[in-house]
Amino acid sequence: MDGGGREFVQHIPRLRRYARALTGDRARADDLVQDTLERALIKFHLWRPGTDLRAWLFAIMHNVFINQLRSQPAGVSAGLDDDEISMAVRPTQSDWLEVRDLQAAVLRLPEEQREVLLLVALEQMTYEETSGVLGIPMGTVMSRLSRARERLRALLADGAGHAALKLVK
Amino acid sequence: MSTLPVTEAELHAYVDGLLPEARRAEVEAYLASHADDAQRVRHWREQNQGFRDLYDPVLAEALPARVRESTLQRRSRPALRYVAVAAWLALGGVGGWYLHAYSSVTSVDTMAFVHQAAIAHVVYSPEVRHPVEVGADQEAHLVAWLSKRLGASLKVPQLSSVGYQLVGGRLLPGNRGPVAQFMFQDGNGLRLTLYVRSGPGENKETAFRYAQERGISVFYWLDGKFGYALSGEIDKTELLRVAKVVYQQLNP
Repeated sequence: MDGGGREFVQHIPRLRRYARALTGDRARADDLVQDTLERALIKFHLWRPGTDLRAWLFAIMHNVFINQLRSQPAGVSAGLDDDEISMAVRPTQSDWLEVRDLQAAVLRLPEEQREVLLLVALEQMTYEETSGVLGIPMGTVMSRLSRARERLRALLADGAGHAALKLVK
Repeated sequence: MSTLPVTEAELHAYVDGLLPEARRAEVEAYLASHADDAQRVRHWREQNQGFRDLYDPVLAEALPARVRESTLQRRSRPALRYVAVAAWLALGGVGGWYLHAYSSVTSVDTMAFVHQAAIAHVVYSPEVRHPVEVGADQEAHLVAWLSKRLGASLKVPQLSSVGYQLVGGRLLPGNRGPVAQFMFQDGNGLRLTLYVRSGPGENKETAFRYAQERGISVFYWLDGKFGYALSGEIDKTELLRVAKVVYQQLNP
């Protein structure tokens, strides 16, 4: 038992992976990770050994992310509402979806849905863990997850809707 | 015998591998006869796989090379700080401090204080643009402000006799309330930080004590209602030389 220091470091790659998907931008992601680590260091004495350090770190990252969004000028946020999406997205001609399209599509989700989807799908958290990290009720986790997946499906589906989504490995 | 209707939440749990074993077979049976839902589920699965294909490589990435190559240039400041903090942690900094705290005869509270002082040093001393909240050019204001917040009359030592000039100071949260950090710098840009708390819990006096962990040296002592920790990335002898002057300046 080393009091959490080494354990802490083990989570940094996962924080970076999540941050990259959340922001879609390498530099922004590393800034987010760095701010999260700084805040975590300052608050480290508040972490209780024996509790879930990963959840604690992701909760800090969530708060930092939200604060960064709030401090951004209006219009910078990537999330769009339904109407804008339906105009912004052109049907693709191909049945094959480049993974890049998935990246572009997820950035079109509102941040609150993107966070839920990525914690579940990428970080593979349970719904309870996701609820704890984001500080929202389970029912809200489920409704945001459902909306995120359906919206993503609509964004990625080809215009005629005849082909199943396929991802290039 | 009939099974319960399959809910939307269960379809998601099925995709995410979070459904109880017994229920999974029932959901599969449901999907076999509901093509629309089966298609949605397949789509969601492919999304999950897509995210992992897209972002799992980040797990294996080394910290960016630009970060290692960078010197103390302004543009690279955030990345540099990140690496400094991460590297310090990777070397067992935090773990080491806690080990020390619980195995030493020194009180846990004091070690927590020293630990926070070292963290505050690691976080703020590499700052190029915002090392302090209030600069040395407003020293009177700085001292008045921090004294008010700590509820005690603070003094800032003058360390020019040992080659360090005041950069300024900032207010930080401590375990038991506000804490002040003063930063000093020598002609080469080497920085020391003096971390000060005050509180009714002190009222003790101690000799200088020394803690060292992965390159950060800390001298700390209690003096009446104040607790002090002087941190720097310098060797013990040099730091002690400065700590003695700090002590003399504060206790004329």
